[in-house]
Amino acid sequence: MLHYIFKRTLILLATLIVASLVVFVSLEVVPGDPASYMLGLNAQEDTIAALRAELGLDKSKVARYFSWVGGLFTGDFGTSYTYRTPVADMVRDRMWVSLPLAIYALALSTLIAFPAGVYAASRRGGAGDTTVMGLTQLGVAVPNFWFAMLLVLLFAIKLRWFSAGGFPGWDAGFFQAMKSLTLPAVALALPQASILTRVMRSSLLDVLNEDFMRTARAKGLSRRQALWKHALRNAMIPVLTIMGLQFSFLLAGAIIIENVFYLPGLGRLIFQSIASRDLIVVESVVMLLVLAVVLVTFVVDLAYAWVDPRLRGTR
Amino acid sequence: MKLRSLVPGAVLVLLFFSAALISYVWTPFDVTLIDIKSRFQSPDTMHWLGTDHFGRDLLSMLMVGARTSIFVAIVAVGIGMLVGVPLGLAAAANSGNLLDEAIMRTNDMVFAFPALLIAILITASYGPGAVNAIIAIGIFNIPVFARLSRAAALSIWKRDFVLAARAAGKNAVRISFEHILPNITNLLIVQGTIQFSLGILAEAGLSFVGLGAQPPIPSWGRMLADSQTLIMLEPQLALIPGLAIVLTVLGLNLLGDGLRDWLDPRLRRER
Amino acid sequence: MKTIKLPRALFPALMLAAGMVAGAAQAAKMDVTIGMQLEPPNLDPTGGAAAAIDEVVYANIFEGLTRFGSDGAVLPALAESWEISDDGMTYTFSLREGVKFHDGSEFSADDVKFSIERAMAEDSTNAQKQLFANIDSVENVDGAAVVTLKAADGNLLFNLAWGDAVIVDEKTAETLATAPVGTGPFKFKNWVQGDQIVIEKNPDYWGEPVKLDTATFKFISEPTAAFAAMMAGDVDAFPVFPAPENLAQFEADPRFTVVLGSTEGETILSTNNQLPPLDNVKVRQAIAHAIDRTAIIDGAMYGYGTPIGTHFAPHNPAYVDLTAKSEYDPEKSKALLKEAGLEDGFSTTLKLPPPAYARRGGEIIAAQLRAVGIEVEISNLEWAQWLEQVFKGKDFGLTIVSHTEPMDIGIYAKPDYYFQYDNADLQALMASFAEETDSEQRTSMLQQAQNIISDDYVNGYLFQLAKTGVASAKLKGLWENSPTQANDLTGVFWED
Repeated sequence: MLHYIFKRTLILLATLIVASLVVFVSLEVVPGDPASYMLGLNAQEDTIAALRAELGLDKSKVARYFSWVGGLFTGDFGTSYTYRTPVADMVRDRMWVSLPLAIYALALSTLIAFPAGVYAASRRGGAGDTTVMGLTQLGVAVPNFWFAMLLVLLFAIKLRWFSAGGFPGWDAGFFQAMKSLTLPAVALALPQASILTRVMRSSLLDVLNEDFMRTARAKGLSRRQALWKHALRNAMIPVLTIMGLQFSFLLAGAIIIENVFYLPGLGRLIFQSIASRDLIVVESVVMLLVLAVVLVTFVVDLAYAWVDPRLRGTR
Repeated sequence: MKLRSLVPGAVLVLLFFSAALISYVWTPFDVTLIDIKSRFQSPDTMHWLGTDHFGRDLLSMLMVGARTSIFVAIVAVGIGMLVGVPLGLAAAANSGNLLDEAIMRTNDMVFAFPALLIAILITASYGPGAVNAIIAIGIFNIPVFARLSRAAALSIWKRDFVLAARAAGKNAVRISFEHILPNITNLLIVQGTIQFSLGILAEAGLSFVGLGAQPPIPSWGRMLADSQTLIMLEPQLALIPGLAIVLTVLGLNLLGDGLRDWLDPRLRRER
Repeated sequence: MKTIKLPRALFPALMLAAGMVAGAAQAAKMDVTIGMQLEPPNLDPTGGAAAAIDEVVYANIFEGLTRFGSDGAVLPALAESWEISDDGMTYTFSLREGVKFHDGSEFSADDVKFSIERAMAEDSTNAQKQLFANIDSVENVDGAAVVTLKAADGNLLFNLAWGDAVIVDEKTAETLATAPVGTGPFKFKNWVQGDQIVIEKNPDYWGEPVKLDTATFKFISEPTAAFAAMMAGDVDAFPVFPAPENLAQFEADPRFTVVLGSTEGETILSTNNQLPPLDNVKVRQAIAHAIDRTAIIDGAMYGYGTPIGTHFAPHNPAYVDLTAKSEYDPEKSKALLKEAGLEDGFSTTLKLPPPAYARRGGEIIAAQLRAVGIEVEISNLEWAQWLEQVFKGKDFGLTIVSHTEPMDIGIYAKPDYYFQYDNADLQALMASFAEETDSEQRTSMLQQAQNIISDDYVNGYLFQLAKTGVASAKLKGLWENSPTQANDLTGVFWED
C-alpha cells in the first residue's frame, strides 16, 4: 500500500508541474496587453510602457514563470494586473461562494440520487424503475444553463420567491446567503443528480448480482435486509468515486451558472480575468482548480485501492 | 429496456440529422436576412415557429443550428477517435512499458484539467468560433477514447486468436489494426454516440457564452443567449432552442443505450 | 364580541405614538444601490481610463477645480472663481476655504500644483495626459492656484472638469487605486471585488451635504441579471440599463421610472480609411447608403437613439443635420460600387466590442451590407482584444464603437487615430479652432468640420447613444444626461 501511495504522490506532483507549464505557456502566447486594456482608448505609448514596467510585464518569460511557480508554493499567487490586489485574497473571497455552492449542489444531488437510485434498483424492470430511468435520461439531456433560465423565469421573476441572482455575502446571514445559492445549486444539481442516480442504480444492481449477495439471501436474509445491509455498502464505492469527480466538476464547471446568476465566484473571476487579459489571475485560478481535481482524484484513488486491494497493481 | 430505447432514440436523431442535412440545400427562409419589421411574429402558416428578435424564421434558424451543433460535435468526436484510439491501441500493445506509461500519464493529465473551463479558456483566448470550439472539445475527447480503447484492447490481447496471430509472427501494429480494432468497434460506436451527445451540450454551452460559432452562423446556444433578456416577453425564443437541444441529446443517449444493448450481447446485462 | 373602551386620557398618547410610528415609516431611505455593468479595475481616476472608475468616484469621492453639471455646463467646484488674463494664457483660480481631504489634511493650492504636475509627469499613467499638454506651470500664489499656459486655450476650464483632472493629496496619491482619498461629499468605505463598492457620507464636506448616508454600486454585467435585479428590487437604479428591450416593461410598472437622456456617445461604423478598397471615398459612400439607420436603432436599441449624419451630438447647438447625405438607398449603393469598379462587391472584416449596440448593430449591418454585395466577417471581441487589434493595431476593416468623450470631433484631425483619416484641410481647421476664442467663430468652424467629415464619408455615422436609465419611482435627482460618464449622487434623494 505504501508503495502505491508513494507512486501516486509522485504522479500527482509530476502532473502539477506539467500542468503549470502548459497553463503558463498557453496563456503567454495569448494576444492582448493588460496594460493597454487598463489605460484605455486615449492612453499614450509612454504611459502604457510605464504601466507594463510597474506590472512586471517587461521581464523575460522564464523569469516570470519561475517567480509565479515559486510564489504558488508560498501561497503568493501574484498580484492581479487589473485590481492590483493579491490574487490569493481574491481567490479566498470567491472560494466562499464557489465552495459552498459546489457542496450545496452536491448535497442536493445526493439527496435526490440516493433514494431514487435505490428505489429504481429495488423495482428493477418495473414501472417505478422505468419512470426513474426516463426522468434521469431527461435530466442528463437538459443543459444546466437553460434550466437555470427557466428557474429564474418562474421562481425569481414570476413568483418572486428568490432573487434572480447576486450574493449578499455571508455577513447578511447564513439563511440569506444560502437562499441566494439555492436556484444556482438546483440548476447545477439536476444533471448531476440524474447521472448519480443512474450510477447508484447500476452499481447496486451489479452488487445485487454478486455471489456474496446470493450467499446472504441463502442465509435467509430478506430481500430488503440484503439490500440495505450488504448491497448498499459495497455499491457505495463507485458512487463515491463519481461524487468525488462531480465535486471537482462543480467547482470548475459552475462557470456558466455563475454568469447567469451573477455570483461572485471563481468561475466569474476567470471570465472577467480572461476578458481583461489579467493573465496572472487566470493562471493561478486554473492551477488551483487543477490542484483541486488532482487532489480529489488522488484521494479517491487511494480510498478505492484501500478498499479493494485488487486495484493496487493494475490500472 | 433493450430495444425500447433504440427506436425512439433513432427517430429523434434521424429527425435532427435530416433537418441539418436538408438545411444545406434548403431552408424555408434565409437565416442571414434580417428584417426588423417582421420580428416577434407568432407561429403562422408562413413562419411555422414564428420569428426571432431580428425577424428571422425560427424553423430555419433551428435547422441551421442543428447543422452547427452536429458538425462541431461530429468533428470533435472524430478528432477524439482518430487520435485517441491509436493512442489507446498503442498503449495496450506496449502494455507495461514506457510508451504505455507515457500515454496513460498524459491521459490522466488531460483529465485533470476541468474540461469546460479549459474549453472556455481556449476559445476566449485564441478567438471564438466554430473551429476553436471543435479543437477545444476535441482535445477532451482524446483521453476518453484512449482510455476506452486501451482497456478494451488489453482484454482482447489475451484472447486465443490474438495469441495465435502473435505466434504466427504478426507485429503489434498489424495485430492492433487487423484483430483488435474490429473487435472494439462496437464499444467505440456506443461511446462515440455518448461523446457526441456530450459534444452537443458542450457546443451549446460555449455558444451560450459567445464562444462558439459566430454570427451570422446560427447556433442553438447563441439563440438561447439572445433570448435571455426577452424571456418574459417572448418565452418561445428561449423554449424552442432549449427543447431542440434536449431532444437531440436525449435522442443520442437513447440511441447509444439501445445500440449498446443491441450490438454487443456481452455488454447486455440484466438491467 | 366585547368592545374595549379606552380611557379618554390615553387618546393623546396614542395619537402621539401613532404619529411617531408613521413618522418613522415616512423617514426617507438614506441609502441607495446603483447598478453598473462594468466594474472599475481600480479607483484612481487619474491613473487609468476606465469610464467605470469615474462612474463611481466622479463628484462623489473626488473633485476638481471645475466640474460638469448634468446639462454639460462647466461649473465651479474646488475653484470658487477664476480670472483669465487678457492674453488668455494665465488663469488665476481662487480656491474654496476650509476644504479637507477625507483623511483630514487641509486642501490648498499646493495640492492643485501637485495634482497637475503629477498628471503631467513623464511616468504618469494618466490616460488623458493631453488635457494638460498645454500647461506650462502651476504655482501657489497667496493661496490661489495660478495656471500658466503655453498658448491661449479656450478649453482649459472644460479640460479641468474631467475626472482625470481631479485634485489629490500628495500623502495619499500612491494608494488611490485601492484607497481613494478625495475632497468629495462621499468617502470610500469598502470594495468587495467582483460584487460591489460602498461609499458613505462625508460629515466634514465643505459644501452642501448629500441626502444619503451610504451608496452602494453593484456590478451586474449580464443584461438579464440587470433586469431581474431591478424587478426584484436588489438595486434601486440602473443609470445605464443595458437591455433597452426591457424598458417598456419598466415604463408600464408604476414602481419604476425610465430616465431618458442623451449622452456624448456618437455610435459610428468606424472605417479603416487606409485599407483598400475602403480608402476609396465612393466605396465608403456606398456603405453609407447601404445602411438603414432606423433598422439598426429599432433592432439593436429598440428605438432608443437619435440618428446622426456626422460625428457630433444632436443636442449640441452647433449640430448640423447631415443625415440626408447618407440616407438608406441600396440601389445607389450598388451603383456607387459599380462606379468604383467593384460591381461584384468585396469582403472585409467587422470587429465588434462587447456592447449590445455593437454586437446587435453589427449583425444588422452585416445583413444590410450583404444585400449590396459586401461580405463582412464578424469577429466578436472583448475590450482587451478590441484595443489590441483595432485601436492599437489598426488591423480591421470596419468596427462599431461609441465615442463617449464630449466634443471629440478633433479625433478626425489625427491621421494616426485608429481609423486613419488624413485630411490636411481638416487638420488646419481644427488647429485654428483650438486657438479661437470667439464663440460664433467656433460654432461656424465646428459646422464646417462636420460637413467635411460627412462629405468624405469618413465613417458610417449611425446614431447618438441614448442614456436609458431605470430607477425606482421614488428616487430623485439622478442625472438624466451623460455629459461625462459619471454617476453624480450629490443631488440624489428619496422622495416619500
